[in-house]
Amino acid sequence: MTLVATASRPSLPAALAAGSTLPVAIIVLITIVIWYAAAVPMNKVLTQPLIDAAGGGLLNTLSISWSLPRPVLPAPHQVLAELWNTVFTVEPWRPRSLLYHCWVTLSSTLLGFVLGTILGVALAIAIIHVKALNRSLLPWIIASQTIPILAIAPMIIVVLGSIGLTGLLPKSLISMYLCFFPVTIGMVKGLTSPDPMQLDLMRTYNASTSQVLWKLRWPSAVPFLFTSLKVAIAIALVGAIVAELPTGAQAGIGARLLNGSYYGQTQQIWGALVAAAVMSSGLVWLVGFIERRVARAMGAET
Amino acid sequence: MIAALHRNPLAVIATLAVSGALLWLMAHLVTVKPGVLFWISVLVLWALVWIGNDALSGISTLSPVATRFRNLAVPAIFGLTLLLLWQLVVKGFGISPVFLPAPSDIWVRFSTSFATLKADFIQTFLRAVLAGWAIGSLAGFLVAILCDAWGFLRRGLLPLGNLFAALPIVGVAPIMVMWFGFDWQSKAAVVVIMTFFPMLVNAVTGLEASGHLERDLMRSYGASYFDTLIKLRLPAAMPFIFNALKINSTLALIGAIVAEFFGTPIVGMGFRISTEVARFSLDMVWAEIAVAAIAGSAFYGLIARKQGERGDVQHEEISDGRGGDRGIDGWNGLGLCRGGDDPAQMGDAGPVCRLLRG
Repeated sequence: MTLVATASRPSLPAALAAGSTLPVAIIVLITIVIWYAAAVPMNKVLTQPLIDAAGGGLLNTLSISWSLPRPVLPAPHQVLAELWNTVFTVEPWRPRSLLYHCWVTLSSTLLGFVLGTILGVALAIAIIHVKALNRSLLPWIIASQTIPILAIAPMIIVVLGSIGLTGLLPKSLISMYLCFFPVTIGMVKGLTSPDPMQLDLMRTYNASTSQVLWKLRWPSAVPFLFTSLKVAIAIALVGAIVAELPTGAQAGIGARLLNGSYYGQTQQIWGALVAAAVMSSGLVWLVGFIERRVARAMGAET
Repeated sequence: MIAALHRNPLAVIATLAVSGALLWLMAHLVTVKPGVLFWISVLVLWALVWIGNDALSGISTLSPVATRFRNLAVPAIFGLTLLLLWQLVVKGFGISPVFLPAPSDIWVRFSTSFATLKADFIQTFLRAVLAGWAIGSLAGFLVAILCDAWGFLRRGLLPLGNLFAALPIVGVAPIMVMWFGFDWQSKAAVVVIMTFFPMLVNAVTGLEASGHLERDLMRSYGASYFDTLIKLRLPAAMPFIFNALKINSTLALIGAIVAEFFGTPIVGMGFRISTEVARFSLDMVWAEIAVAAIAGSAFYGLIARKQGERGDVQHEEISDGRGGDRGIDGWNGLGLCRGGDDPAQMGDAGPVCRLLRG
């Protein structure tokens, strides 16, 4: 048995090619090469006079195209340098630090995510227990999502600001509004996922509604909950970023994007984008990590 | 009383009609600071509508046509009641229109500023959204075909596609404005990027959806790759492709509006929303939101209907958990699909709703 397994194990390069590591690496590499190459023609408007002044030549062209202070398309290493400068060379509590802005966005994301999850779960529990809510509220919840809520973000921020509500909470409310929907839908499905046989068994035990909820429905809904949470946390971040746009852009990833856009600070925009991407995938990974731990604790097959 | 209502559809409809009409009348006549009696009667009428609606949803002895009508009517009554209460509360308590305008004010603004709204709609929806949606979806589809033909590309691109689908892509808006200028082209570019990955991920999954048996049959017919693709695998992929088109329709509208916050010519729905908010004329903002909601729902509904005409019964089954192998590790048979099928943004809970209705 062991022998067969050893014999049939492919060599390392073959294993890499069969999996997705090597293909992903190659495609990322190709993207970087194209990125560097594209920086030359895209920055041409800005670089042409400089190149002419330097006497032309390929080497001059490349070095000038890849080191502009405000390029149309910054080269990858310029983005990395921007990240290095704004993350590691400034104290994290200074407004110049990217970490400071990340934290501003992250805190409202997380608050909104928690509030949205609580609201979503509460709504789902109400919906499955009250028949009238099921028919009248659920379609309305779905209809509420046809409104492009991100478009209302500026209005909510301004309106709440006019009644003295500023800072973290208005942004979190937008994240919450975006979050609760996938959680409600997922949980309604999850809480109704036990089959009639299991529900009948609970009835023969003379279980109360709350016992059915906590001992049968809730455990069956946990996988649905986590799938919804992964979706929810990603859009909570988008909500927080967009909510930062109309606040006069003092702090946060959205503010970095808007400021960069106003003052033509391309590298700042790219740095903020990378930070947003890292936070987004990190948060989704974190929820996935907790999901795996919970799954193991609940005895799911992995 | 409720039990009696359940047995008598006519009584239900009469209750709803009378209490609804009275509520409507009160919403029309309401003045600032009405007495306690007024609010009590509002609550009573609301309760009556609620009970009527509940009874309506509980009637089980209806013909199929009437049932379909009923399933539309219940949420519609709920929505209308909410609008009436909104009107009553805003007018009755004299809430400042700077905080929340009444539906009637929004309607007045909608009809008087129709020309502006139309221009914004043309700029944002007909130009940026439709162009971006079509180009992005088409590009995603073509790359999916390439991925399908070349496994290496699929293994390399799909994990990246899944990663990108979860990223806040709308953040590229300032870069696109810098590259493509202030007009609708930059918004269309944002929409292209936003819609590309959901289509890629869904179409690749869809192209794998045809069964081994069917593929073997095609092979035994001596069918070429293109024959198999066109006659078997594309039709099997259609539910997934339509799903992506629907997701993209909502993503496109959001993307275009948000992208306009980063700079536009002086027209466009996102531009109007951000400037009118700054001037505190919220009735115009709500009118714009109404346009966006109607346009978005109509766009979504149109695609869903095209899908319905194709008779894709598979769709429900798929979004009900056939995506179980995608992103749900360790759990058995999970509902919501991950990886681009972002139910929050796609608003695609139709199957869930139908499931719940039984």
